[in-house]
Amino acid sequence: MNLIDSFSVAWTALRSNLLRSILTTLGIVIGVASVIILVAVGSGARSEVDKQIASLGSNMLVLYSGSSRVGGRSGGAGTDRPLAEGDITAIHDKVPGVTAISGQLSGSGSVINGTNNWTTSLNGIHADFANVRDWPVIAGRDFTIQDIRSSAKVALIGQTVIKQLFGSDDPVGASIRVKNAQFQIVGVMALKGPSAMGRDQDDVVMLPMTTARNYILGKGQVTVDQVGQIYIKFDGGADLKEAQDEIESVMRARRHIQPGAEDDFSVRNLAEFMKARTEVLSTMTYLLAATSIISLIVGGIGIMNIMLVSVTERTREIGLRMAVGGRRRDIMRQFLVEAVTLCLIGGIIGTALGVISAAIIANAAQWPVLISPIVILAAMAAAAATGIFFGYFPARRAAGLNPIDALRSE
Amino acid sequence: MTAQESNYKNGEALQPAALIRAEHITKTYQMGDQAVRALDDVSLEIKSGDFVAIMGPSGSGKSTMMNLIGALDKPSTGVMSIDGRNIAEMSSDDLADMRNHTIGFVFQQFNLLARTPALRQVMLPLLYSHPRPADAEDMARQRLIQVGLGDRLDHHPRQLSGGQQQRVAIARALVNNPKILLADEPTGALDTKTSQEIMALFAKLNDDGITVILVTHEPDIAACARRKIVFRDGKIVDDAKNTPRKVIASEPALDRVGELA
Repeated sequence: MNLIDSFSVAWTALRSNLLRSILTTLGIVIGVASVIILVAVGSGARSEVDKQIASLGSNMLVLYSGSSRVGGRSGGAGTDRPLAEGDITAIHDKVPGVTAISGQLSGSGSVINGTNNWTTSLNGIHADFANVRDWPVIAGRDFTIQDIRSSAKVALIGQTVIKQLFGSDDPVGASIRVKNAQFQIVGVMALKGPSAMGRDQDDVVMLPMTTARNYILGKGQVTVDQVGQIYIKFDGGADLKEAQDEIESVMRARRHIQPGAEDDFSVRNLAEFMKARTEVLSTMTYLLAATSIISLIVGGIGIMNIMLVSVTERTREIGLRMAVGGRRRDIMRQFLVEAVTLCLIGGIIGTALGVISAAIIANAAQWPVLISPIVILAAMAAAAATGIFFGYFPARRAAGLNPIDALRSE
Repeated sequence: MTAQESNYKNGEALQPAALIRAEHITKTYQMGDQAVRALDDVSLEIKSGDFVAIMGPSGSGKSTMMNLIGALDKPSTGVMSIDGRNIAEMSSDDLADMRNHTIGFVFQQFNLLARTPALRQVMLPLLYSHPRPADAEDMARQRLIQVGLGDRLDHHPRQLSGGQQQRVAIARALVNNPKILLADEPTGALDTKTSQEIMALFAKLNDDGITVILVTHEPDIAACARRKIVFRDGKIVDDAKNTPRKVIASEPALDRVGELA
């Protein structure tokens, strides 16, 4: 008896107990569905996190003023001694491995082009900003050191602002009014996408740090050389942990902080922070993995149970098959194929269920769905393996029957 | 047939290779702590082409004998050879192959597969053949025509009468051209008229050269055979020639048996 015959016999047997067969596969269905959901959602979420880490800029540390302590301090980060131009120079000169450094002084205000106006985030930056944040200027030109020194009335604008103020027109070279001052747009920033927290990062206008400080972000509120927060980019081989310590010691020296006293600034590795978020995801992943393994085991036991019932019910048939020349291995294979078929049917239903659920979850969480054929194949292989493993014992029992007793059974 | 008959009549003198030869066979079963001797030093020869009825009350050992003849079981002691081969020395696979090629089984309860059309039922032994015949479906169809069911190829057991179901079972037994047709109470579940038809079919098949061995406790049925062997308490108590009672073939299909065999 070849495999196709065995399959056809298995199919006939399973179809004749359709409801029982479907109920039996439920465990496998749930197991396979959770494997698919697990991998699809897990890898989708992970790729989203990776994208967010990349969007922050790689090999980058951020320096904020104010303590890294969250509670017990009024005002929060940025309200204490502000960071200044001198800090940028000092870090650039004293910390090894720095490849680019830029401040970012943020505020908000309205921007007007003709009759269109739009309230957006206004940011003073240094010439290295695009470099530090891996956020290139894709049309026109970037700021030059000269722009910064001379407080030039030039601006770079983000994709959302372009959409709001210019529609499909080319903004480069156009003139816009930012808080009562005229600025010339010199460049367009690449699309960055939403931040990890869901903020639209493309809803920005960038101005030279000096221009922003002097004319835009309110003279009274901004000290003479304030730079907001500082982004520091390192070369690929740099140890960010070490760099963090270096920056801390440079800053403590500059601010004359006594040994034992707390920092009134903080250095953060945002990528590490993002990765910590994925830890939560990993925990969920393990839970789901445990669910799928337990489901497959429970489902497999269900399969074994129903196969044992099937062997008992069909003892006479087994006897007949032996009497007309079926060898033990033919009988064994027939029942193994039946168990595997049962599991594969469960696998197919489970895959469909898993793909649909993953799509729904991903849609709700705004994650991309990543369902690779390899995962589906692996899930099916797991289902088939369950069938072989749990079908083996019943199949062995069937093959081990004595043909005389089997023929005589009622 | 006449040649075989004369062989039989001349008995030991010509000594053609016996199809089935049992020499001092015993078979003991362990029932709890008690050993039950189902066959006690039985010797027996059945020659090719014979039509033998094995009789006896239940517990006489006739079923045990049938299991040995059917290569379903091995004797405890003694030599049991079928078609020249000692079954005690054969592996489980070899025995399966012998049942597949040399022996055709017919059972009291037909033992057809549920929800399976007649043609697939008859093909079953061919699916277990090594090598597997390429024209299995055609062979099965020929056998169903031979037993008069050429117009019932796609019928499931539920759609067939008892007699028709037994004919499907007989077609299944015949499909691999066995030397022995081994029938265990083949008419036990059938009415008298249908039994007669089935016996007529066996007689016809025997006329065409196949060795028929049937196990029965009905004297009427045994009367159709050319030799009667009676078992009691694990021993043969009677073994005699018999003039077969003519059975009337009432179905036209039976007339075609000869043409197709």
